[in-house]
Amino acid sequence: MSVDVERIKKDFPIFEREVHGKRLVYLDSAASSQKPAVVLDAMDGVYRDHYANVHRGVYTIAEEATQAYEGARAKVAKFVGAPSSSEIVFTRNATESINLVAYSWARANLKAGDPIVLTQLEHHANVVPWHILAAERGVELRWIPLTADYRLDLSHLDELLDGAKLLAFSAMSNVLGTITDVAPLTQAAHAAGAKVLVDACQWVPHEPTDVKEWGADFVAFSAHKMLGPTGIGALWAPAELLDAMPPFMGGGDMIRDVRLDGFTPNDLPWKFEAGTPAFVEGVGFGAAVDYLEAIGMDNVRAHERAVTTYALDALHDRFGDRLTIYGPADIDVRGSAISFAFEGIHAHDVSQVLDEDGICVRAGHHCAKPLMRLLGISATSRASFYLYNDTDDADALVDGLTHVEQFFAL
Amino acid sequence: MPGLEDLYREIILDHYRSPRNKGELAVPPAHKVEGFNPLCGDEVVLYLEVNADGVVEDLKINGQGCSISQASTSMMSAAVKGKPVAEARKLIRAFKALMSIHESKLDGESDGSDLAADLEGVKLGDLEALQGVVKFPVRIKCATLAWNTLSQGLDESEEPVISA
Ligand SMILES: Cc1ncc(COP(=O)(O)O)c(C=O)c1O
Repeated sequence: MSVDVERIKKDFPIFEREVHGKRLVYLDSAASSQKPAVVLDAMDGVYRDHYANVHRGVYTIAEEATQAYEGARAKVAKFVGAPSSSEIVFTRNATESINLVAYSWARANLKAGDPIVLTQLEHHANVVPWHILAAERGVELRWIPLTADYRLDLSHLDELLDGAKLLAFSAMSNVLGTITDVAPLTQAAHAAGAKVLVDACQWVPHEPTDVKEWGADFVAFSAHKMLGPTGIGALWAPAELLDAMPPFMGGGDMIRDVRLDGFTPNDLPWKFEAGTPAFVEGVGFGAAVDYLEAIGMDNVRAHERAVTTYALDALHDRFGDRLTIYGPADIDVRGSAISFAFEGIHAHDVSQVLDEDGICVRAGHHCAKPLMRLLGISATSRASFYLYNDTDDADALVDGLTHVEQFFAL
Repeated sequence: MPGLEDLYREIILDHYRSPRNKGELAVPPAHKVEGFNPLCGDEVVLYLEVNADGVVEDLKINGQGCSISQASTSMMSAAVKGKPVAEARKLIRAFKALMSIHESKLDGESDGSDLAADLEGVKLGDLEALQGVVKFPVRIKCATLAWNTLSQGLDESEEPVISA
């Protein structure tokens, strides 16, 4: 089955609107995706018909809300191949998932001088928590460099992993689109005695995910990039690991017992979910996963590869060397995020002119300043494609960029 | 809806394509000051030479960034070069007023009285072309970067150069 974009667009209310009198060409899903009506309806349904706090009430609607929330957890678990829904901790987003690991697991297990291996293409979400830990604990940060074709340079991996306690890296770069090879990297890290955290924030929305096949120890992702609402994300980790970790935040819901002289934490996964969770958003997350499952992640991936290939070719045909594309040329090792820059035209000006044509692309450092420094640039424009984008959208981008060139012609 | 022509007036694009006073000055006697917009990476470098009479005798600009930040820097250099420091400061206040009157309007406030006073009697000339920027709130900081940098540079350079 191929993806019928015309039908899919109809599922997303936002595509009914126009911007500056033009149809909306949304090419910023790597920052956040649009939402299908089924997700909005699922959340609206909870607020209208089943709303009560979860995990507490004995009455009917509280029971319904709890079931809906926990049902969503089971859907998310199945979606990423988690063996049990007790291994899916709901967080606010991927950033919080990574911080959970940094605050709970790392602070309990790492000491001064312990090496943590990161890569030079990480999002700030997978950099700053480790900088904070380094400042506090004196852990050592090591960086996997990049090759000239924007992939991880693994030629010194063994040295970098020597003595390492954690390897934390992104499965797909939000700037370059680069896909990293999770399973072999994980094996190498495990062989060196290091745990593995995968920032799967850009991966899970676009590719079939099987956390068991990856074999990693922690996997972080956000609902809002995969058709779900803001305010909810997830951390997957095996139950044994989560059991051995101290709680992250303290409060209601995460306890089994509280006394004057201490507390007993709750079972998994609630041990890591202090306070009233974003359960309405959780239900929306579940609906998003249902929607993606119905289309099929293999189909999503195949469709995105076709559109991305088309867009890369069209950009190259129209602009040649005038447009630099930062990312692998090989479609097999890249996702749908395309970062680019015109010589002499700043990314902000590109976005501004494209907006006039109803085209949304991101401009800036994309929360990856170490990577931008490495590339020797301060900003790029980024177009990213998802299941609701088609070759018409790619054509609109290319034509819009021609307007940009004309507008700023020297 | 404000259109592109409100933002990118021809005079702005002209300054962007052919920046005035581009270059460097020997430090010292000139004073070098850098301004940085961490959000979008706009960068402005100014070389200021203030003479013993308190006049901005020479000024060169450098840097990189979007058309608005670079054009604003160029227009600022043209407006300030050869002017007494006191007048340059008046221009800074007037330019910021040009930007922020509209900022506060966006907030639904209408307390523009101080700002109006800052604009009173100051000839902005070409700089008024940048007024369209206020309709694009995220770009205001691009336009003001050069002016904040100038302000800092004047503070830093006035003292030592005058006593030299
Ligand atoms: C690779 C990657 N990691 C982490 C994040 C952080 O996601 P969130 O802001 O949802 O926590 C993002 C989002 O931009 C991302 O692209």
